[in-house]
Amino acid sequence: MKRIIFLAPLSLFLLVGLYFAVGLTRDPSRIPSTLIDRPVPVFDLAAPDGGRAGLSSRDLVGEVSIVNVFGSWCIGCTVEHPLLLEIADEGVAPIHGVNWKDKPEALADWLARRGDPYARIGVDADGRTAIDFGVTGAPETFIVDRQGRIRHKHVGPISRDDWETVLRPLIEELKNAPSSSSS
Amino acid sequence: MRRLRRHHKLATVLIALFISGAALAAQPDEILADPALEARARAISRELRCVVCQSESIDDSNAPLARDLRLLVRERISAGDSDAAVRAYVVERYGDYVLLKPPVQANTLALWLTPVLLFLIAGIVAAIQLRRSAAAPAPPQPLTPEEQTRLRELGE
Repeated sequence: MKRIIFLAPLSLFLLVGLYFAVGLTRDPSRIPSTLIDRPVPVFDLAAPDGGRAGLSSRDLVGEVSIVNVFGSWCIGCTVEHPLLLEIADEGVAPIHGVNWKDKPEALADWLARRGDPYARIGVDADGRTAIDFGVTGAPETFIVDRQGRIRHKHVGPISRDDWETVLRPLIEELKNAPSSSSS
Repeated sequence: MRRLRRHHKLATVLIALFISGAALAAQPDEILADPALEARARAISRELRCVVCQSESIDDSNAPLARDLRLLVRERISAGDSDAAVRAYVVERYGDYVLLKPPVQANTLALWLTPVLLFLIAGIVAAIQLRRSAAAPAPPQPLTPEEQTRLRELGE
């Protein structure tokens, strides 16, 4: 009985320690998405000026695509931009941009200066579509399958490592899946 | 009289400070004309986590996304949604995470029950300890004849 009294604080300490050991290594900024495996929210966004295609949820059905929420004001977007250009060049999957709360001139300037990887861009001036996507901050990137369902959400700039180990394999897998399958 | 006036000034400043503390992040242009609807919007906003700043409610936060969500909450309320429907609308997009008070459901049972369990365990341990110390100590054994002899010898 005496021994139990001595062991109790020790085991309690170990338990709390274990809690912290697991809890403190988790990144609180990574909020699990509720949208995984659900259809993309319904939206219809106008294109920015310059005679290019806008973006609506209908455009995301039919082929595997990448939806990138970005803004010219967003530092992380500038960081991942060269990689997006590379992906677009390689033609792995079309990249569609949701231009989140941006100024038209700033966007035009940004694209002219840094290059334009986007197949389509929808202007989300009031931020409502970003909310429908559950976006917490730019950049965020979604992988959408052929049926128009969100299969993956990436928060923050895409690193080369993220691309090669997670995003690209997933896109290849989705592209190889038979179009009728719901796997 | 003059001192009284000075007190008044102090009181005014203090009241102003308190009021400014209460005036939160919601901007004048966001506030609904109908006070009843606005009160509901405020109540809901206080329960929704600002997903950018995380430790704040959207009612407290100055983040642009929090403003968008406040506007959204007011829009839904004006459209006739119930409080529960507005909350469900936001939860559908951001998950349970967006609720500052986690709902009681299967995956949060551990969270809700742990304090109760710890309290019970502590109570049981305390009860055992108390009962043991409350039990009267056993009466001393009477001395054996040898001991009585020895005691008598020592006393001489």
